[in-house]
Amino acid sequence: MANVQASPGKFKTSDAPRLSLDSLIPRDTSIIRLLVITIVLFAVFSLLKPATFPTPINLQSMAFQMSEIGILAIAVALTMISGGIDLSINATANLTAVAVASVITALAPATTTDAGTAATAVTLAIVIGLGVGFVCGLVNGLLVAYANIPPILATLGTMTLFTGIGTVITEGAAIFAQDRLAEVGNGKIFEIPVPLIIFLLIAVGVHFLLSKSRFGFELYMVGTNPQASRFSGINNRNVLLRTYILSGLLSALAGIVILGRTNAARVDFGESYVLLAIMICVLGGIDPAGGFGRIIGVVLAVVALQLLSTGLNQVFFDNPGANFFRQFAWGATLLLVLLLNYFSARARQRRITS
Amino acid sequence: MLNLRALFARQEFIIFIVLVALCAIIAIINPTAFLNVPNAFRILRACIVIGIFALGALMVLISGGIDVSFPAIAICALYLSTLIIVDTGIDSVPLAFALGGLIGLALGLVNAVFIGIFKLPTLIVTLGTLNLFRGALLFFAGSVRIRLSEVTTNFADATRWNIITVPAARGEASLHFSILILLGLALLVWFILRYTMLGRAIYAIGGDREAAERAGFNIVRTQFFIYGFVGFLAGIGGIVFGILAREADPFAIVGTELDVIAAVVLGGASILGGRGTVIGTLLGVLLITLISSNLVLLGIPTEWQRFVIGALIIIGVGIPALQSLRRKVRHTQLSGAV
Repeated sequence: MANVQASPGKFKTSDAPRLSLDSLIPRDTSIIRLLVITIVLFAVFSLLKPATFPTPINLQSMAFQMSEIGILAIAVALTMISGGIDLSINATANLTAVAVASVITALAPATTTDAGTAATAVTLAIVIGLGVGFVCGLVNGLLVAYANIPPILATLGTMTLFTGIGTVITEGAAIFAQDRLAEVGNGKIFEIPVPLIIFLLIAVGVHFLLSKSRFGFELYMVGTNPQASRFSGINNRNVLLRTYILSGLLSALAGIVILGRTNAARVDFGESYVLLAIMICVLGGIDPAGGFGRIIGVVLAVVALQLLSTGLNQVFFDNPGANFFRQFAWGATLLLVLLLNYFSARARQRRITS
Repeated sequence: MLNLRALFARQEFIIFIVLVALCAIIAIINPTAFLNVPNAFRILRACIVIGIFALGALMVLISGGIDVSFPAIAICALYLSTLIIVDTGIDSVPLAFALGGLIGLALGLVNAVFIGIFKLPTLIVTLGTLNLFRGALLFFAGSVRIRLSEVTTNFADATRWNIITVPAARGEASLHFSILILLGLALLVWFILRYTMLGRAIYAIGGDREAAERAGFNIVRTQFFIYGFVGFLAGIGGIVFGILAREADPFAIVGTELDVIAAVVLGGASILGGRGTVIGTLLGVLLITLISSNLVLLGIPTEWQRFVIGALIIIGVGIPALQSLRRKVRHTQLSGAV
């Protein structure tokens, strides 16, 4: 096979994952726009609520809230770049949480006080949890890459299946993690929430995976044009399989973080997360048709949505309908960004043709 | 002669066999609980609302799109209609359906503008409008559950509009008139898809958009029809839901979107567009309803419902995918090239 060493710039110019530092500086317009939106949101809410919004405590609580959904959004983003989608992220996360909580409860029940036993149990549980995520991703990958089932359908099926397995295990009840994962979900290191650290590590890791590794290059190629990538010697199936496994692993990590924060594994937790994660990806400039988009956009979109949610919550503090206005604002933002992208693309086209 | 091979290749037929087999198994294992008229009425009643939604989802899927906003449209239609009826004091069931249908149509056209004129991806647009509509409803219109019997008489009374009532073990069991609405709408959709130019256009767009455009189909107009009509169906479905549930709960319905799409897909509609039938969709709805309501009669605990449905979806979409894969392999082998 020909040596397809990454020089992606030759193939795509606008979103080319370059091998240099300036790949971190956003050049494409949708990311700049997102950055502006984020800054404006922060400024507006800081002006409206100077006493409560731009405070360290508020920033901290926002960081806690956005990390889980951020990790899930990155999982979806990977599958979207490949030209697919993963609807099973939340089901995978919940199944992982159920597995982890079950192992912890079995090996180190609440009566266990020995720190060593507890630590072993937690470590083993996390390893098993990641294994669950791996298997879930593997199933998706096999269905998509080898059985040729459209990703949206395959993962719709596995979403129901994984939730079903979780329901059978838990019989619909919650399983508790005996507070042994609290450090992961609620802990802080130098006042920085642990979930945020996990989220940022994942974001940076995936960013470099996409921009520097051969896998990342192949992923963009498969997403842009599967036919062309196959003819240029890329093993499409293998790339897709790895993408869905990675998505499963990231979902599992999100599940562990969620379990750490809530201390309870439920199969029906966060059902709105799936559509929210897709929304974040689109806001962040990931093309649902595949081949285009960067992790930094997803991170910015997560931050922007969190600023919007928390800001609106504070502005409507006395109004019990704040949550509903937030949902309204999410939908409006998504449609607005879609329209902005549409008109700017059309304007660009007109400039080029004239 | 009937071509058996072609018959077995049709997913509608396979799902029909599965349905019959499942009924037979339940009937053999637990005849007393399963084989009676009240149970049949219960299953049919559970099919009505999801069936109406599924007809809409079917049209969208055939046209190559996907719509997740219909539950939000349905609940907006139900809640706003109820508010209007209460405010104006015109307590009439036909008015409720007219209002529901109109509100649904209007909201569906919002989708159509984004999808038809701006050519934005259907899943993303409807994801946006799902949040927009539901958020707006809960924030601006209200988030309080309205019990129909407390504010209306005629509208609330529609709950008892039954066609047939039979005595059951406890009290009596009835078949609600809204099953006729489902059947009527199913006939309408079947007719549109099968016998009108519009139906041809819907299949054509889903099969190959480019080719449809060259063949002279007006894609924007067709999409306006599809999303407007799907909104209308959702609105009617919302009103029926309210009548059957005896209340307008603004938190209801949303969250069922993927289940409905799963039922349609199980019924043989292709998510890639261009394929799908009304019969298959109704069978898919019946199968999913049967599993969620009667699996327990087999001694299978209710916790297994989702597992079974998930496995069925994967098998249901896996078989045609593998079939087409095999066809493709055979095709390339025959043509010799590559």
